Formats: sequence, C-alpha cells, structure tokens
Amino acid sequence: MTAQSDIDKGRQPSALVESLVRAAKILGSIAVTMLGLLFVTFVIGRVMPIDPVISVLGERASREAYEATRIAMGLDKPLIVQFFVYIGDVIQGDFGQSRLTARPVADDIARVFPATLELATLGTLLGVVVGVPLGVLAAVKRGTWIDQVARVVALIGYSMPIFWLGLVGLLVFYGILGWVGGPGRVGIFYVDLVPSVTGMILVDSALDGQWDVFWNAVSHIILPASLLGYYSLAYISRMTRSFMLEQLSAEYITTARVKGMSEWTVVWRHAFGNIKVPLITVIALSYAGLLEGSVLTEIIFAWPGIGSYITTALLSADMNAVLGGTVVVGLVFVCLNIFSDLLYKFFDPRAR
Amino acid sequence: MTNPAASRNQMPESDKPSLRRWLLTDTPASRRQARLASLYQGWLTLKSNKLTMIGFGILVTLVLVAILAPWLAPHDPFAQDLGNRLKPLWTDGFLLGTDSLGRDILSRLIYGSRITLYIVILVALIAPVVGLFVGTVAGYVGGWADMILMRITDIFLAFPRLVLALAFVAALGAGIENAVLAIALTAWPPYARIARAETLTIRQSDYIHAVKLQGAGALRIITRHIWPLCISSLIVRVTLDMAGIILAAAGLGFLGLGAQPPSPEWGAMISEGRKFILDHWWIATMPGLAIFTVSLAFNLLGDGLRDVLDPKDSGE
Repeated sequence: MTAQSDIDKGRQPSALVESLVRAAKILGSIAVTMLGLLFVTFVIGRVMPIDPVISVLGERASREAYEATRIAMGLDKPLIVQFFVYIGDVIQGDFGQSRLTARPVADDIARVFPATLELATLGTLLGVVVGVPLGVLAAVKRGTWIDQVARVVALIGYSMPIFWLGLVGLLVFYGILGWVGGPGRVGIFYVDLVPSVTGMILVDSALDGQWDVFWNAVSHIILPASLLGYYSLAYISRMTRSFMLEQLSAEYITTARVKGMSEWTVVWRHAFGNIKVPLITVIALSYAGLLEGSVLTEIIFAWPGIGSYITTALLSADMNAVLGGTVVVGLVFVCLNIFSDLLYKFFDPRAR
Repeated sequence: MTNPAASRNQMPESDKPSLRRWLLTDTPASRRQARLASLYQGWLTLKSNKLTMIGFGILVTLVLVAILAPWLAPHDPFAQDLGNRLKPLWTDGFLLGTDSLGRDILSRLIYGSRITLYIVILVALIAPVVGLFVGTVAGYVGGWADMILMRITDIFLAFPRLVLALAFVAALGAGIENAVLAIALTAWPPYARIARAETLTIRQSDYIHAVKLQGAGALRIITRHIWPLCISSLIVRVTLDMAGIILAAAGLGFLGLGAQPPSPEWGAMISEGRKFILDHWWIATMPGLAIFTVSLAFNLLGDGLRDVLDPKDSGE
C-alpha cells in the first residue's frame, strides 16, 4: 500500500505536466485550424472578381482617388502582409464594413447570431427528445415494426431536401391549416415590442413577462425548429440505435438479465449508461450541423439569422459580410468539435 | 470441377446454369474467374435485399431517362407558352402541369435528370480521387507529409460545408460548373481520412513487405497495391454521400448559385415555384419529389453496398 501511494505521489507532478502539454497541444491545433480557416477565407476574398476599391468608391471615381483609396486599404502591400493585417483585424473582432448595411460586420453578426442560435438550439432539443428514445426503442425491439419505422423515418430525413420540406410545411400548416405563424420571428404586430437582452426572442419575451409575444414567437419558431429537429432526429436516432445494439450484445447485459434485473434497469441503467459519452459527441456534432444547416431553412422562413445574412450578402456581392459570417460559423463549428472531443476525454477514462 | 482448364474452355458455349456454376465454384482456376466470382457473389447478396434493388432500379431509370430525354419528353423544356401558364396537374398534354411561363413541368423534370447526373458524376470523379491521393500519400509517406496533409484535411473538415461552398461560389461566380467544383472541394476530406486509415493498416502487412523486397518503389506500391484495396470502402462512402451531394447541389440551385435559369435544374425549379406555392403548389412540389426520390435511391443503394463491400461497418 505504502509503495503504491509513493508511486502515486511520484507521478503527480508528471501528470500535471502531461495535462499541460496536452492542453497546449489542443490549443495549438485550434490555432492552426483557425489560421487555416482564415487563410481559406482570405484566398476566397482575394480571388473574388469584384474590385474592393470600386465597391467602396463606386465606378466613377477618379484615378487619383482610386489610387489613394487602394493605398489606404493596404491593397498595394504584398499579399502576405495583407494576410497578416487581415488576421490582426479578425483577432480584434474587426471584419470590416458591410456594404449592404453600412455597419461593421461584427455588429451585424452579433445581431443576427442569436436568432440562429435560438433556432438551432430548439431544433437540437427536439431532435434529442424524440431521437434518443426512438433509437433506444429501435435497438431494443430490433427487427420489429418499430425498428422499421425508425429506419424509414431516418432514411427519409437523410434524403429530403430541407428547403423543399420547409416550403411544403409552410404550405400545409400555415397556408392551408393555419396552425402556425408564417415566416419571420414574430407577427408584424409584435415586432420590437420586447427589449433585446439576449437577442433570443423567446428568452427576451419571457424575461419581460410579455407572454402574448412569447406565444406568438412560439407559433413562428415551431415549424422551422421541428424541421431542423427532424434532421437531427434522423442522425441521432440512427447513432443511438447502433450504439445501443453494440451494448446490448455485450456479456455484462446478459449477466444483468441472468441476475433477474428488470428490463427497464438493464436497458436504461446499464446499456444506456454506457452510451452517454459517445451520444454527447453525436449531439454536439448535430448541433454544429444545425448551426450551418439552418442556412436554407432561414431563407425559407425569412428567419433573420446568420444563414440569411450570409446569403443576402452573397447575392449583393458584399464580400466582407460573407467572409465575416463564414469565419464566425467556422469558428463555432471548430469550437463545438473540440468541445465534444474534450467531453469525450473527460467522461471516458479509456480515451484519456 | 476436377479439371479447371476444361471448365474454363467450356465457358463460352455453356448455357446459363453452368455459367452460374462456373461463377460459384470454390476452386477458381484463374484470377479472372476468382474476380468475376466475387463480383457475382456480391451481386447475389445485393439482389437479396429488396430495398437495395429498389434504389438500384430508381437509379437505372434515372440514367435511362437522362439518356432518352429527347424522346421521352412530351414538350420542349424551354418552350414558353403563356396561354397555358400555371395549368394544374393532369391537364391534357401537361401531365404534371405547367409553370409560370407555361413550360411543361414533366419535360423539365426529364431534362433536369441530365443535370443531376452531370453533377453526381463530376463530383464522384473529383472528390474521391483527390481524397484517395491525399490520404494514401499521407498514410504511406508518414512524418511531415502526413502531418501537413492531415492538418489541411482537418481545416477543410472544420469548415461547415454548405457555407464554404457558398463562399466558393461567391468567389468563382454562380454556375453549375462552379457549384460542382465548390461541392467537390468541400467533399474530399472524409475520403482522405478513410484512405489514410486504410493505408496505415495495409502499409505494415506482409505482402507489402514482400513487394518492397522485390524492389517496388513507393509509387508502384501506392498505385498498384494500396489503391485497389481502398476502393471498396470509398465506393460505399461515395454512394452514401451522393444523397448529400444532390441535396447540396439542389440547395445551391435553390439559392440561385448553381445552375442558372432557364436551366431545368430541380433546385432552381423549386426556387421558381416558391413564389406561387400558396395557389399553385405543384410547381415547387414536383421537382422536390424528384430530388427526394433520387437521393433516397442513393441512400438505399449505399446501405446495401455497405453490407456487401464493407461488412465491418454495417453495424448489424
């Protein structure tokens, strides 16, 4: 015993160093990935056939004004210098000015991002609440009609064009049945009624106690959120099913059954307990997927999120806004990926 | 069976059952026979799965429709006929109705299948080849090359695909070729990952050492001995990814960044029909069903192929 604790004591400092090294490695890989991301957006911005000087000055600018602006914008410097200037700006949160809104892109993104966040969060929530039990059920009742239904539901989810399903959904539930609110975040009479605190209208209206606004917002978000939820459900239920199948065929499950435990305990305590960690990773990935996958959904539902922002900017050749939006979405994506990795390492001792 | 040479010589004039026997023999006499036999067995497994065959059937139909489009289409897909605009389904002569310019929707769908196939084939040619190249080189050479190539792969993987494709199309200009290029550029990293993983396991195997002892160089080993073994898992992945690629292409078309009007691309057709969705629902609905059918077919076929070619990943 004493020898063992001595060894443990001797290990402690090195374990600390080890975890520091690991943290540094993770930070390093984030930095490299982000740098690469910025490089790609920079290249895209440079090969853009639109002249940034003309886009600022207009086409009838004089030769002198053109040259002066070119130098003021730093476009006369070598590309590599321009790249580092760009990185410096982005680190300070400066994505330049949007041509379309004539405001800093960073401010625009701060304004539109909560709308996307709200939509994606609700979508993931729906996907988890329905998808996880469906996946577990499909695995437990493997080969029965429940499994088949789960399979078909997922297959259709994988194969359906989301923008089309959104259109049909709007047509049926808004146009014909009138069960839900139409496009936009709230009805026209409720716009700007609540002060913006978080930027998420459900939270803001609840905080302010304005329940009529809240319910109106619910009626508007329910359709696009269900749509996104369906997509994450397809993915989450399939993954849950295959994780569960793997666990249910393990020997410890047989042991638990032989010991006479109830089926509920075997499935939910033993098997499900063991798939929580990979499941969290799957959910984080699907959350990241929804943050980007909402681009088309936002267009269909006129949802003022980052997806509509990027697309609108794109169609009017507002390159600063496009690149700024791309970098932010990429950043969130990378962070969620790393976050899910870390969770995995934190909860699963084997992965440490 | 006892005399392999004889059974091989019989092959050409033998009728179907004995061809079948020749294919199912346990003792193949030649490399060609062994290869054909394994293909045939794969086909039998594939054939036993009803859903897979449905997917396969839909795709064969798609190819036929695309080839025979000029003969199948009842109307010119571009011919505008303002007198017959916005006709509903089952109208005489316009089975699926007409759009806002009086163009026959069925004919446009039929010609649109060519565009879908064009996108699918181009992406399927570009992305896996790039991925295979990057992955095998990284896996075989190792060291710095591996680190740099995999870093680049990670960077592309870290990007949200649709957003990256959007940015690419924005830079290159809207159009179907650029949409294909953008999708391919965002689609290759997973293939590189798969190819690298396969290469790492193959690299240390005995037969590679044997080939090395015979004096084969890296180029020969990669192209002749590693690539053929990576192909099957790539084919599965490509088939399963096709659905996503079709959806992405349709999404770009819908946003007006893919095929340009008056091209009968399905995503662009939905976008055109969107304005009339409340009163004339079929204009946007029919192309959506077409996209859904084709991507469902790819998913069904991909599932079946995975069971045949890559049993370890099937999760069953």
